[in-house]
Amino acid sequence: MSHAEPSPGSAYYFPHGSRLPFYGSASLFVLMAGAAATLNGAAAGGWILGLGGVLLAGLFFAWFGQVIRENQAGLYNDQVDRSFRMGMMWFIFSEVMFFAAFFGALFYTRQFAVPWLGGEGSKGLAGLLWPEFEAGWPTNGPAALGPRADGSFDVMKAFGLPAVNTMLLLSSGLTVTIAHHALKSGQRALLKLFLALTFLLGFSFLSIQVYEYGHAWHELGLQTGTGIYGSTFFLLTGFHGLHVLIGAIMLVVIWLRCLKGHFTPRQHFAFEAVAWYWHFVDVVWLGLFVFVYWL
Amino acid sequence: MLRRNLARFAIAALVAALAATPAAADWSLLNLPRGVSELSREIYGLHMLMLSICTTIAVVTFGAMTVALLRFRKSQGAVADTSLVHDSRLELVWTVIPVLILVGMAVPAVARILHIEDMSGSELTIKVTGYQWQWHYEYLGRDVAFFSRLARSSDFARQPGSGIDPATVENYLLDVDRPLVVPTGTKVRLLLTANDVIHAWWVPQFGMKRDAIPGFINEMWFRIDADRPGTYRGQCAELCGADHGFMPIVVVAKSPAEFVAWLEQQRATLARPE
Amino acid sequence: MVEAAVAMDHAGHAAPARGLTRWLTSTNHKDIGTLYLVFALVMFLVGGAMALLIRAELHAPGLQLVNPGFYNQILTVHALLMVFGAVMPATVGLANWMIPLQIGAADMALPRLNLFSFWLLFFASVLLTSTLFLPGGAPAAGWTLYPPLVLQSGSAFPVAIFSIHLMGASSIMGAINVIVTVLNMRTPGMTLLKMPLFCWAWLITAYLLIAVMPVFAGSVTMLLTDYFLATSFFNPAGGGDPVLYQHVFWFFGHPEVYIMILPAFGIVSEIIPTFARKPIFGYDSMVYAIASIAFLSFIVWAHHMFTVGMPVAGQLFFMMATMLIAVPTGVKVFNWTATLWRGSISFEPPMLFALAFLFLFTLGGLSGLMMAIAPVDLQYHDSYFIVAHFHYVLVPGAVFAIIAGVYYWLPKWTGHQYSVRLGQWHFWLTAISVNVMFFPQHFLGLAGMPRRIPDYATPFADWNAVSTIGSFVFGFAQLLFVWLVWRCARGGERATAQVWDGAHGLEWTVPSPPPYHTFATPPELR
Ligand code: HEA
Ligand code: HEA
Ligand code: CUA
Ligand SMILES: [Cu+2]
Repeated sequence: MSHAEPSPGSAYYFPHGSRLPFYGSASLFVLMAGAAATLNGAAAGGWILGLGGVLLAGLFFAWFGQVIRENQAGLYNDQVDRSFRMGMMWFIFSEVMFFAAFFGALFYTRQFAVPWLGGEGSKGLAGLLWPEFEAGWPTNGPAALGPRADGSFDVMKAFGLPAVNTMLLLSSGLTVTIAHHALKSGQRALLKLFLALTFLLGFSFLSIQVYEYGHAWHELGLQTGTGIYGSTFFLLTGFHGLHVLIGAIMLVVIWLRCLKGHFTPRQHFAFEAVAWYWHFVDVVWLGLFVFVYWL
Repeated sequence: MLRRNLARFAIAALVAALAATPAAADWSLLNLPRGVSELSREIYGLHMLMLSICTTIAVVTFGAMTVALLRFRKSQGAVADTSLVHDSRLELVWTVIPVLILVGMAVPAVARILHIEDMSGSELTIKVTGYQWQWHYEYLGRDVAFFSRLARSSDFARQPGSGIDPATVENYLLDVDRPLVVPTGTKVRLLLTANDVIHAWWVPQFGMKRDAIPGFINEMWFRIDADRPGTYRGQCAELCGADHGFMPIVVVAKSPAEFVAWLEQQRATLARPE
Repeated sequence: MVEAAVAMDHAGHAAPARGLTRWLTSTNHKDIGTLYLVFALVMFLVGGAMALLIRAELHAPGLQLVNPGFYNQILTVHALLMVFGAVMPATVGLANWMIPLQIGAADMALPRLNLFSFWLLFFASVLLTSTLFLPGGAPAAGWTLYPPLVLQSGSAFPVAIFSIHLMGASSIMGAINVIVTVLNMRTPGMTLLKMPLFCWAWLITAYLLIAVMPVFAGSVTMLLTDYFLATSFFNPAGGGDPVLYQHVFWFFGHPEVYIMILPAFGIVSEIIPTFARKPIFGYDSMVYAIASIAFLSFIVWAHHMFTVGMPVAGQLFFMMATMLIAVPTGVKVFNWTATLWRGSISFEPPMLFALAFLFLFTLGGLSGLMMAIAPVDLQYHDSYFIVAHFHYVLVPGAVFAIIAGVYYWLPKWTGHQYSVRLGQWHFWLTAISVNVMFFPQHFLGLAGMPRRIPDYATPFADWNAVSTIGSFVFGFAQLLFVWLVWRCARGGERATAQVWDGAHGLEWTVPSPPPYHTFATPPELR
């Protein structure tokens, strides 16, 4: 780092040129091409996909590394900070809308499609095509799709492991808040402890979910192919799980930065961004717990 | 000078464009058909109402714009009145009047929807199933069912490089091997579904179309005027793959007596229930 | 590590890098704006070439040039490229160039993200275009990608889906950038209600983008899992419903059409006051109108689905909600007209295109209103009447506004004045041919010609021939435009800072062309 370091409050920092965006787009291109090739069963697909993944990981290291260095160099004034905050907020909003699509699918099929197929409601004529089918939830549809020959399947009971997972995530929401307060009041030891607790809770959640998936897939006859119930179950919980994973990794990064002494009680945007993200993951889970597992 | 040239050019281009319009253009093909069914006439009437309202709105707004463009030209020495930036009363007027017009449009539209959706009292039910790329018709409870696909003559002519001029083929792309036959003056109800992808059943002379969706059943009805027996043509109206353009619909409307006779004959000879 | 050192030129006087490096790495909003605009122009030509192929096939009955399967592919790719490759990127390009200049900011708020959005779009478009060359060809289910038909695609299927994901990510990042820039980077004293209407239009467009692009991503993700993971979202046998896809798609798809038209509204709202030499009439109501249109756009989606057999209550609701959009749109049209009133009007190319927009967009809007009437839409739906409607709002609507914007700001960007005469030729050829091309399609639709067919019954022959003639004249006219822009970029009479005598606003206070870095210190508002 050369040059004088402007203190917060001076001019807005604009980077002048960066190779990362082009490199990042190219890596995503490789990743997506690889994914498509893999899905199409091309022999080299897996390799391309893997290469894309490595390139993308490199992007994250380089990009966030650069931002962190710039931050540590004091290049970001309050206005930059505000830009980051707004950016993060609207990014999270876009994630909310992504989940909204899947929740929408869940509500639509439960409220409309399944009853109609079962002969109920204003479009119940469809029932003529499926005389045997009785609408209900959970269901794998008139053709009783799924791995079992008799078309049956079982579901995860809400008040078993899913309830445990709810507790885990809710407490992690609490621990991250405690960590935040610790950061703001300068209690670094407490901060590190509770941050670590947070991602440990996150990873426990994930472990349980992995176990649950295995159980569902192999023992309950509940797979993505198990009709609409399996579809909504796996897509909703799957995308949520992915977000928990991303969030937990981000928490680890933040924790490592805390260990290195980053963040001040006044300036800690990255910490807050990750905390917001974590709360968002939490809230989505509550929706899942209620509408996928429980009701 | 420049402007005069441009104006002259514009007029010339317009004339050229109009001249490009083939002289043989069939001027009856400019509007919705009035159709031959109860609903088609209602829909036609509603269409004409909407068309005239919209035309009126267009004439008024385009008129105002044109007047402004002619009167307030800088080249004619117009000086801008920069104080004219706001007028609450005027803005209220052009918010409220459109709302009133819209209400006026909505009222008859609602009545039409309710009529279209009233399936009660039908006397004949036909199940229509879309396939890639043909239609299957089943006269429910009458033991008659058959497929209906693009007529041979059209199918030959439509092959790339067939060398056949479509103009020489009668009812090119609008003809089938076996038409659907229905009675006139009777409320006919269609149950629409599909076997593979979504199709849509559309005969413009009957006033409406409806999608045929795999796994679900849609309903629609029509009653052809008792004095309008004849042959009516339409096409599949939902993209359903490569031959979407080649799955026409032909309906032959016969008087009820002839229809019954036709049905008997079908049952006796041709139609094995499928 | 890709980038070893932090770029250290925060003093703000870096000159542009040279050669290709500049375009690959510059985070300058002007460079990125140029990239977007050039990219959009290329895509417009490619998508337009496909449209010409479509029109050539349709010039007479019978199959002459393409087979039906390939017809459906180019139809799909034409639409996707025009929407996601041409119109949207062009408006993003204008936003990049003009928003910082209009609000007195030195750059966009998040410059690296900005460049990322562009290159992501570029690679996504490469993926999308590549589907044409894959075994089985490009997706052929129309740009709406309805299942089950789209699930019959070949190996192009996942490629197309992933390209949509990337485009969505690009749009979301771009939208975040616009929101943050507008909300956080305005020069002191520029309150929201003093902002140029172009910025307002884009701000609200950005909200629409953030709200609906993820939903689109979700809907195509469900297609993907139905295809590869045996899920049943759109499969009735498993309890799903093909119509569910249509609901989710149009929840995105309808706001999407406003995403294309709101920036156009913004551009026109800049140009008309300049050449009427009079401030915009009813500024506040213009802002409220954009906001109401955006809000309403979320609750009207099923007007694309009147024939799917929705419950009656749904039909009634979506019909009336759709009709309501005419009110705020009318407010805008009337305000523009009132801006002309008692003005001092001159007819330079930007104004000509803006005025053509005013007339022809209104025409397209009125046919939209007719289609909003559910019972008559049962006739119009999936006929050429629809094709006529949406090309009127998209071509003499969105595209004309974009062209008007380019004519308006081009002297500012390049520092050269272009040949006004050539611009006028371009205008008249374009404005006349666009009507020759699309007006007859109303007749075709009403007479019963379905859309998305490569071949048609002989009674439709004449108007199709007319439409095809119009399309080729239109295509030729666009080459004039390309030539004009090229010439203007290379040289010409020097443009002043203000360029147009009626132009007001911060962007006209900086020299033409603006220095690489503008507003390093926030400008004073006069
Ligand atoms: C820029 C793009 C754009 C815009 C702005 C619009 C604007 C509108 N559109 Fe359009 N539309 C499309 C792009 C667009 N549309 C596309 C791409 C499709 C087809 C998609 C596909 O299927 O592939 C489509 C299809 C489409 C349909 C579906 C038809 C069908 O498939 O059956 C409908 C139905 O309601 C509709 C309605 C409207 C309405 C009511 C408006 C309104 O916003 C218009 C409002 C404007 C006015 C009304 C004119 C100005 C107002 C006045 C002068 C005031 C006075 C007026 C009154 C009092 C009435 N559109
Ligand atoms: C913004 C969007 C947009 C734009 C700008 C256009 C522009 C045009 N569109 Fe398109 N169109 C759509 C969006 C758009 N369209 C959509 C959404 C559909 C529906 C798809 C579906 O059903 O799924 C559609 C469908 C569609 C159809 C319907 C086909 C069918 O239903 O079977 C037709 C037919 O005429 C058509 C024609 C045209 C024409 C002639 C233009 C012209 O304006 C194009 C003019 C431009 C040029 C002609 C370029 C000029 C370039 C050259 C002359 C040289 C080329 C050189 C090189 C490439 C080096 N379009
Ligand atoms: Cu069947 Cu189109
Ligand atoms: Cu719409």
